[in-house]
Amino acid sequence: MARIEDIVEEEQTLGNEEGAEGMALEDTRHEPIIILKDVVKEYKSGSVALNNVSLRINKGEFVFIVGASGSGKSTLMKLLFREVDATSGSIYVNGFFVHRIRRKQIPRLRRTMGVVFQNFRLLKDRSVYDNIAFAQKAIATPGPRIRKRVPQVLSMVGLMEKVHANPTELSGGEQQRVAIARALVNKPLLLLADEPTGNLDPNNSWEIMKLLDAINKMGTTVVVVTHNHEIVDAMKKRVITIEKGEIISDEQRGGYTHG
Amino acid sequence: MANILLIGHGIKHGIINVFKNRRFSLASIGTIAACLFLFGVFYFVLMNLQYNVDKAQENVGFTVLFKEGTGEERIHEIQDQIVEKLDTANVVYTSAEDAWKNFKSELSEDLVKTFGNDNPLKDSASLTVTLKDVTKQNEAVGYIEKIEGVRKVKRSEEVADVFGTFNNFIGVISGAIIVLLLGISIFLISTTVSMGITVRREEISIMRLIGASDFFIRGPFIFEGMFLGLIGAAIPLGILYFCYEMMIKFMRSEFSALSLEFLTMNQIYADLVPIALGIGLGIGLCGSYLTVRRHLRY
Repeated sequence: MARIEDIVEEEQTLGNEEGAEGMALEDTRHEPIIILKDVVKEYKSGSVALNNVSLRINKGEFVFIVGASGSGKSTLMKLLFREVDATSGSIYVNGFFVHRIRRKQIPRLRRTMGVVFQNFRLLKDRSVYDNIAFAQKAIATPGPRIRKRVPQVLSMVGLMEKVHANPTELSGGEQQRVAIARALVNKPLLLLADEPTGNLDPNNSWEIMKLLDAINKMGTTVVVVTHNHEIVDAMKKRVITIEKGEIISDEQRGGYTHG
Repeated sequence: MANILLIGHGIKHGIINVFKNRRFSLASIGTIAACLFLFGVFYFVLMNLQYNVDKAQENVGFTVLFKEGTGEERIHEIQDQIVEKLDTANVVYTSAEDAWKNFKSELSEDLVKTFGNDNPLKDSASLTVTLKDVTKQNEAVGYIEKIEGVRKVKRSEEVADVFGTFNNFIGVISGAIIVLLLGISIFLISTTVSMGITVRREEISIMRLIGASDFFIRGPFIFEGMFLGLIGAAIPLGILYFCYEMMIKFMRSEFSALSLEFLTMNQIYADLVPIALGIGLGIGLCGSYLTVRRHLRY
């Protein structure tokens, strides 16, 4: 298990030597899927969002990342799918050394993960089916495979009867299920959820969390950024707390410690 | 397979973009159509004038006269040398007998009788040379004058200069107008594609999130630009096709003094169709490519 960490270490030593970008590693269960080592993110304005953050998440884990607004949680998520670049440090995700991959390889990195947001980010002018199929079309999946896979994920999230509905006709909880279905349709190894219950009432929030838990039990690694301490406390999962850009606690079966 | 799917996606959504973004598409197509219509009219006028200039040029030759005693054999050698060295449209040999025969027809019978069987033009065998490009006449005359046996070269410098100047003038004007129109069209395509990108910003950001390739994201906009360019080129081609007779009438009335001849529509369209479609496609591709490069980067 120390192998990937060694590689990350070595990566840092090698600096910008050619040839290691996007290097795929063995896909063995219980190996790390995310490693951050001494990651610093400083924005152009000078504000430091993350300061020397190091963490490791194994394949198959369910992890909450909690902290106050502006603590750096969302920046951490953005670094994982290379929405923003780290100022320094090493980031390894799903076989990619994220801090070193070329821009052209970013789509390949993102295809290994699903991302869910607070505001769902669905296409309002397309049906539920088309929203999900869109994620497969975007990576040039052939039509027959799309027609087979979309109903599968819709069944998984319990929205088979809404297949032809427009997102605007759905409740917040249902829209988030569609977003989760879209994130899952390409069978990602990792699911990142940034405040997935932020716009939902308590009942719907629980439903979404149960769904994420079920997805995790099927083998997908799930990382959830949230403010919802009731859920965090109740679910007894690993909880990483960030404050002012630094990890202040990392507990297995933890709770929401942020004041 | 994946590439075919991506191209299919690009074409399909390129067409959808054209219709989705209707107002801007219409504005772009209208402007490209107007530009290429002007280009077509200009091309039509230019080609027909050029055709007439070429025909006129064919008659602008010069005459090579030979020194006394130069035999027919030597004159034919010189003729071969001219044909070989110069880019000639035509070289015609006129023997002394033919020259006298032609000249006699312009004289009164009484005057001709006074010469009896003598040929007063016995040293007047000549070659009439017509060049393919009249602007090269000076150079050609210089070369011929140095050939052994040549006495004199008679030519019309004025006519040659007028044609040369006219050709250059047409070239410069056409170049300037085409460059201006291309610039305007590329700007408009770029604006239309930019609007499309702005309208679809959310969709594009989702595409990026789910790992869509650059081509998947950019393709529809590139194809949109190409379609706009092609439609914008096809419309004026259609209009010009039906207006051709009208334009011929216009040309005949405006340039009646020149007794112009006109190319057939097929002759014009054989070149104009690929040129106009090529320009349309080119400005569409250029405008959209530059825009997506600027706005759609990972």
